[in-house]
Amino acid sequence: MAEQLMEGPDTREPGDRGLLSLVPKAEGKQSMKDFKSDQEVRWCPGCGDYAVLAAVQGFMPELGLAKENIVFVSGIGCSSRFPYYMNTFGMHSIHGRAPAIATGLASARRDLSVWVVTGDGDALSIGGNHLIHTLRRNVNLKILLFNNRIYGLTKGQYSPTSEPGKITKSTPMGSLEAPFNPVSLAIGAEASFVARTVDSDRKHLTSVLRAAAEHPGTALVEIYQNCNIFNDGAFEILKDKEQAQEAVIRLEHGEPIRFGAPWLETDGGDGLGARGVVRDPATGDLRIIDVAEHGTGDVLVHDAHSASPTTAFALSRLADPDTLHHTPIGVLRDVERPVYESLMSDQLEQAVQLNGKGELGSLLAGRDTWTVVG
Amino acid sequence: MTASAASGEVRFTVTSQVNSPAEERPSTEKEVRQLDRVIIRFAGDSGDGMQLTGDRFTSETASFGNDLSTLPNFPAEIRAPAGTLPGVSSFQLHFADHDILTPGDAPNVLVAMNPAALKANIGDLPRGAELIINTDEFNKRAMAKVGYDTSPLEDGSLDGYSVHQVPLTTLTVEALKDYDLGRKEAGRSKNMFALGLLSWMYHRPTASTEQFLRTKFAKKPQVAEANVAAYRAGWNFGETTEDFAVSYEVAPATTAFPPGTYRNISGNLALSYGLIAAAQQADLPLFLGSYPITPASDVLHELSKHKNFGVRTYQAEDEIAAIGAALGASFGGSLGITTTSGPGVALKSETIGLAVSLELPLLIVDIQRGGPSTGLPTKTEQADLLQAMYGRNGEAPVPIVAPATPADCFTAALDAARIALTYRTPVFLLSDGYLANGSEPWRVPEVDTLPDLRVQFAQAPNHQLDDGTEVFWPYKRDPETLARPWAVPGTPGLEHRIGGIEKQDGSGNISYDPANHEFMVRTRQAKVDGIEVPDLVVDDPGIEEEGPARVLVLGWGSTFGPITAAVRRIRRGGGRIAQGHLRHLNPFPRNLGEELRRYDKVVVPEMNLGQLAALLRAKYLVDAQSLTQVRGLPFKAEQLANALKEAIDNG
Repeated sequence: MAEQLMEGPDTREPGDRGLLSLVPKAEGKQSMKDFKSDQEVRWCPGCGDYAVLAAVQGFMPELGLAKENIVFVSGIGCSSRFPYYMNTFGMHSIHGRAPAIATGLASARRDLSVWVVTGDGDALSIGGNHLIHTLRRNVNLKILLFNNRIYGLTKGQYSPTSEPGKITKSTPMGSLEAPFNPVSLAIGAEASFVARTVDSDRKHLTSVLRAAAEHPGTALVEIYQNCNIFNDGAFEILKDKEQAQEAVIRLEHGEPIRFGAPWLETDGGDGLGARGVVRDPATGDLRIIDVAEHGTGDVLVHDAHSASPTTAFALSRLADPDTLHHTPIGVLRDVERPVYESLMSDQLEQAVQLNGKGELGSLLAGRDTWTVVG
Repeated sequence: MTASAASGEVRFTVTSQVNSPAEERPSTEKEVRQLDRVIIRFAGDSGDGMQLTGDRFTSETASFGNDLSTLPNFPAEIRAPAGTLPGVSSFQLHFADHDILTPGDAPNVLVAMNPAALKANIGDLPRGAELIINTDEFNKRAMAKVGYDTSPLEDGSLDGYSVHQVPLTTLTVEALKDYDLGRKEAGRSKNMFALGLLSWMYHRPTASTEQFLRTKFAKKPQVAEANVAAYRAGWNFGETTEDFAVSYEVAPATTAFPPGTYRNISGNLALSYGLIAAAQQADLPLFLGSYPITPASDVLHELSKHKNFGVRTYQAEDEIAAIGAALGASFGGSLGITTTSGPGVALKSETIGLAVSLELPLLIVDIQRGGPSTGLPTKTEQADLLQAMYGRNGEAPVPIVAPATPADCFTAALDAARIALTYRTPVFLLSDGYLANGSEPWRVPEVDTLPDLRVQFAQAPNHQLDDGTEVFWPYKRDPETLARPWAVPGTPGLEHRIGGIEKQDGSGNISYDPANHEFMVRTRQAKVDGIEVPDLVVDDPGIEEEGPARVLVLGWGSTFGPITAAVRRIRRGGGRIAQGHLRHLNPFPRNLGEELRRYDKVVVPEMNLGQLAALLRAKYLVDAQSLTQVRGLPFKAEQLANALKEAIDNG
């Protein structure tokens, strides 16, 4: 039995960036239903988690992986109940530790597709250390960070992503803390893939999941998720059609970074958003301009594959932490660098090449022995 | 040394690959005296290389065929300020022509490389002992630093000892004058000069040390040759100088060892090998998640060298991640292991609780050190027993296995793995600093005599629902062991979810049902209580003729050596005492209560404030008496013998 767990040769197909060909394929065609477990979903009615669950269950058949080779690992919090609703292997672990547990699992089993489901408290507060080190190592995990900017399961305390001054049960006079921007944090922690999406935009969410699945190494996907009980409407500005036009910056690799109401052709425009992101020559920082006024020549073209994380970081800082104005969504960063468990696996092979397959008898005897004859 | 004397005549031959006495230097022309055992302590500054010196003398002694036991003792600071008392590092070695059990109470020989080493160790030296002093370091400043107002070399305070004043540094520098080394650099080899001198004094084989030096400094051949030259100079110094009139022979311990192939081994090395052997015998890949911590890091280092055994080692960002990764690997079908010491166990507690709830195999290796908090990182203690037993939220029983001697760490690791794999449970392996760094001869086992630890992963559904559907129930237990099936990801049809929330018996689905929780809590306890462990064997000579002794001494873990040595002393003096030693602390052997009740008095020596005694009292209502010490050092056999004798004499 152990044989099947041991690493075989790297059978990765050329062009398989996500190491997905190491994972056995499903035999027949799969449907969303195949990924629904028999457990009743117990989130509050109206919770954004339902939409994410549906999107993930809907996306999984597209990957076409044997579902017994898919594992969802979570920590503690509302979102962390997720694995119970997926008809794959799953572990609902302890608060903040899912990335650590998933790292061990993925490192020992490259034939698995391992997903982590976590929340803003789980990933950024109690489990912050594991998150940054997982990103740094570039373990082949897909981390879905449900950010609702509140503690839901413990009934409404402020979280490390809550806006300053947040009035909650534990902060009746307003919270005193500056929030984390999870995307900025991830880029600072050497993440090779960082994206942001919104629970209610199924199409966008799915496109981001696809990009994450194809990425070799750790993919961090921040999902803005509405908690309709304790922080309802936190992302309304990004969802309300009229406001969203000005608030959301949709990033597409290779496309100019434009947003806002269209610059109409009737006004001499090109039909793309009337606003653009440019680099300020004086400060080197990014700023937003009106393209009708400044022209389109300096507008940045989004490069998710840029070796330097500088621009991705600058983009992540455009959002106002209070109002969420100018929030970029999409894949901010997607670069290839060595994957932890591939390196680990390579070392095991090298060790065999250098020293031969381990032989227990000679290991135990060592080099300095003596014999007592009876 | 755990090996019992072999029956019949034992012929002793040495077939070490690196040397044999026959190839040794010409025997000395000076007077040679025979000794049955010797205790030597090398003491110097942290930077003087005392641990290396001790290790080499130990290797020479092991390959010569003496029984031996060692006690390295060093500060937590890598380099405490030079020449100070806190900076003193020492290595004690006890070797004999017979079976011995401890590193010895009091040295017969002290090598003191500087005034601090003399001051820190002279109190342990009985009058009449030999003292080899490096006089070069006894200048006014160095002596004043440790509070010597007058020179102990001149003020008569050492009159009771047999003192050899040797300018070790000067002699070393002189011996290396043909090498292109500065005085300071040449002086660094003074430990090898001292080693050469002691090797002469005790007729140790020398070839292995010369080979060791050439291998160690392979990239700096000049340094290698300088060290060899210093080593030889020390040997020749003993042979030629009149100060050393006598040398000593300690014959090989011909009757202490049953036939077999032997090597010297430290506790941490034996433990590492035990873990590799366990994985191999289980036919599972080994995954170690660890965070560096004294005195456990050596196990991480050792396992990292053996990737060609399919061993994965993961140095995590913290203790919690280390055990988390090990547990994740276990979920995936590896033998998951985490190694740490007491402070690390504290951090891992919540994950150990998760492992109890998930019912997955996991080894938690705790190399205990002095506590609480950071405590005494480099010193030994047994004060984590109750932490291992109870240190979790909720009812979270975890089996506990404790090795008795350095070499026994190998067998204990296999035993811990057996329990983890058979019963699908986290298991504590409680070693300690004394076992970890101490060493003794070990009879190398034949691989085909090691236990078969193979497990069967679940392969198919194991339950039929009322409607006839075949399903997999992750918490449907083996009726014998109460273990749940181990279904690893990648097995078609066995997709299931497990977690830390209470689960329904059988299906494993989340359940808050009161009766189910009560059932699950009691079942997890019953599973651990039902683990098969061997009965306690009490050594009570004379029980057949005279009935049980009045006093039973019961120990666990590393106190085995000192307790056994103390028991031997008592018996040699005509006293009667029974001895038992616990390898399994949870569950206890089935016959433990019965054995305890046979004796009028039960004495429990421990390097804590009475943790096993408290467990015994709670479980068996026995008036167990504690004999405790928390000095960061193992018990001394003589003190223990006196205390036990008192227990025998006083009712």
